[in-house]
Amino acid sequence: MHLAYPAVLSALLFCTGLYGVLARRNAILVLMSVELMLNAVNLNLVAFDVWLSRTAEETLHSGQALTLFTIAIAAAEIGIGLAIVLAVHRNRGTADIDKLRDTSEWHDPDNPDHHARTAGQSDEAQKAEATA
Amino acid sequence: MTTTTLAVLVPLLPFLGAVAGLLLGRTAPGFVRPLAVLPTLTSLVLAALVAVRQGGGAAVDSATELTPTGSVPIELALHIDGFAALVAVLVGLVASCVQIYSTGYLRDDSRYPSYAALVSLFTSAMFLVVYSGDLIVLLVGWEVMGICSYFLVGHYWETPEARAASLKAFLVTKLGDVPFLIGLFALATDAGSFRITRILGTVASGGLDHPTLIALLLLAGVAGKSAQFPLHTWLPDAMAGPTPVSALIHAATMVAAGVYFIARLLPVFEASQAAMVVLAVMAAVTMTGSALAALAQDDIKRVLAYSTIGQLGYMTGALAVGDRGAAVFHLLSHGAFKALLFLAAGVIIHAAGTNSLAAMSRMRNLRDRVPDAYWTMTVALLALAAIPPFSGFFSKEAVLGVAEHVVTGHTEHAPAAAGWIVLVAGLVAAVLTAAYAMRLWLLAFRGRGIEAPDHGRQPLTMTVVLWVLAIPSLALGGFAFRLLPDWFDGRQLSPTLTTSVLGTGVALVGGIVTYAAWRHTTALTARVPLGAVAAHPEADAAQVEAEAIATHEPAYGDIAYAPDPADPGRLLLGPLHRHAAAGFHLDAVYTTLFVRPVQAGASLVRFLDREVVETYVRGAGALPRWLGAAVRRAQTGNVQTYVSALLAGTVVLAVAVVLAATGA
Repeated sequence: MHLAYPAVLSALLFCTGLYGVLARRNAILVLMSVELMLNAVNLNLVAFDVWLSRTAEETLHSGQALTLFTIAIAAAEIGIGLAIVLAVHRNRGTADIDKLRDTSEWHDPDNPDHHARTAGQSDEAQKAEATA
Repeated sequence: MTTTTLAVLVPLLPFLGAVAGLLLGRTAPGFVRPLAVLPTLTSLVLAALVAVRQGGGAAVDSATELTPTGSVPIELALHIDGFAALVAVLVGLVASCVQIYSTGYLRDDSRYPSYAALVSLFTSAMFLVVYSGDLIVLLVGWEVMGICSYFLVGHYWETPEARAASLKAFLVTKLGDVPFLIGLFALATDAGSFRITRILGTVASGGLDHPTLIALLLLAGVAGKSAQFPLHTWLPDAMAGPTPVSALIHAATMVAAGVYFIARLLPVFEASQAAMVVLAVMAAVTMTGSALAALAQDDIKRVLAYSTIGQLGYMTGALAVGDRGAAVFHLLSHGAFKALLFLAAGVIIHAAGTNSLAAMSRMRNLRDRVPDAYWTMTVALLALAAIPPFSGFFSKEAVLGVAEHVVTGHTEHAPAAAGWIVLVAGLVAAVLTAAYAMRLWLLAFRGRGIEAPDHGRQPLTMTVVLWVLAIPSLALGGFAFRLLPDWFDGRQLSPTLTTSVLGTGVALVGGIVTYAAWRHTTALTARVPLGAVAAHPEADAAQVEAEAIATHEPAYGDIAYAPDPADPGRLLLGPLHRHAAAGFHLDAVYTTLFVRPVQAGASLVRFLDREVVETYVRGAGALPRWLGAAVRRAQTGNVQTYVSALLAGTVVLAVAVVLAATGA
């Protein structure tokens, strides 16, 4: 099989994932899109490993080994990510990324509750600076 | 032990005592008193031994190089001639008396350990000044004395008077010490050495290039240390310190250091006629002005302080006419009787519960409460007024005799003008000295009115030293004037007939006139009640004194003045009394000339710093702050925006790399 097929497929997968990360509002869907991007990279790794080791006399298939490694890391990452999303949802009642803007320097005029939280945080930040 | 070893031990022992006292003061309070008294007493014995071995013969000289400086070397040198040996004995005697007296005087004082250690340190520094043969080593002792004086004047730092007085004493003496230091460097540059012997050798061979400049610069430091006009204003205020400190530092020893310094380097001053005339004028103004001021003071210690300034004026007067023998003779006898006067004044203040002469003149039988102080103070006041046969008579007549000697044409050492100035001022000051001594005695011991408070007997430590010091006040002059020329330069110190008759005559006139004035005014005492008595008559003497000083100003409106019409000084001085009480307003002049401009300069600098410099600093901070505000707008808190920016950046970089790689 020519290298172009898996490469194009992985590019499509990556773009889909990227679109999801940038455009989705639900944190779980964003995490799923991140998985898509990771898998696109995995696919690339395997395809290029196969293609490059075709002519080699002997090879360690390090690309494919790295893929296994990435999959393991992705599993761990998604576990932690989902746990965080779950905790945020329990606290806030929502997992909408657009509403999780606590690090904003620029507050939303139509969200007074958010404003109060930012002020409290900046106080804490000041305290942290003072103790440092 | 050799004489040199003994002489090295003399300043070393009180120094070690001071260090040990400071270290052990808190942990082992039982050792503080022995550590204060014993090293000083040992030093007295050793100083006496050194004096006996030296015996007025050839000077003991010994030196070891301390620091190779590259140019003029600094040497750890001893130079013990007759002057040094005898002055050291005086220092040891007064310091021992004061240490013993202090154990009683500051009996319950919580800061006694540091006090005793500082007095020991002071004693050691004074010994160093006296024995040193190198001017830089002398300067070290000179400055250590200054800082000890600062701390000890401020001993009662709870009172604002003591704080202000200690600062004033420090600043005024430093004002003299800066020219003094420059003068020392100029002298050493001309002579090529800091050693006194070599400098005197250079002067003798005429090798001094700028004698007038050097002498005047050195004179500024001497005027500051020895409280001579115009730098004398710190000494009356320094009476805010404890009485033993006034006796040791501000009467007997430290203030005499300036006189002693000129005595050591007299040939340097003699090399310049102008400096000798300046010295004579300074002495004359100091003598007469301080005697007038002493006649108007109400605080008993301030009377004695002005009296000290005046007697130091006699010593500088003797130096101005080129006789250091007479000057050091007066230094020795004055040291003994003035220390006695101060220590007795401390006893009187404790017994009377006040330092005000006006209040004492309204107390009956004060002399019966303190018989020791009464008798010894009478002796010391007679010595101060130069009545024969007390020691002050012989030393003062020695000074006047030398001045007369110069006036009658023996002007090889000093200009005739200096002789006339010193002689006339000395006689005027002799009248006034007798007058204020008489006034002090009458007001303190001849009061009438209510019975003086009875606080029981004074501590033995405080009365015994009075009698110890009474011996030299009584007899030193009569026995010493024949022996001292062997120790000094060999010039006669015996009183001459003319000056003796004149001096004693004017002193008697001063005393009798004051007595008459007192008889005239004393009837008013009963009619004008005045009183300021300290609140704790049962406390130790130091606390009584601190309270007496603190209550003087609230009670009478001024620290030196009391509105007492029964004061004979008021009748004698007439309209001058008010000005004399304020020290002829010299402090006010200094306030206008120096203090106000400095304060105005300080507020100008403060304005420049606050309003001008800080504006630039704030302006420099403004641009980064605006930039920061602009960057902060990008921080929306939306993670997806950040990722979009990241993506855009990555794409731009990738395109740039591809373009660069393909060379397009």
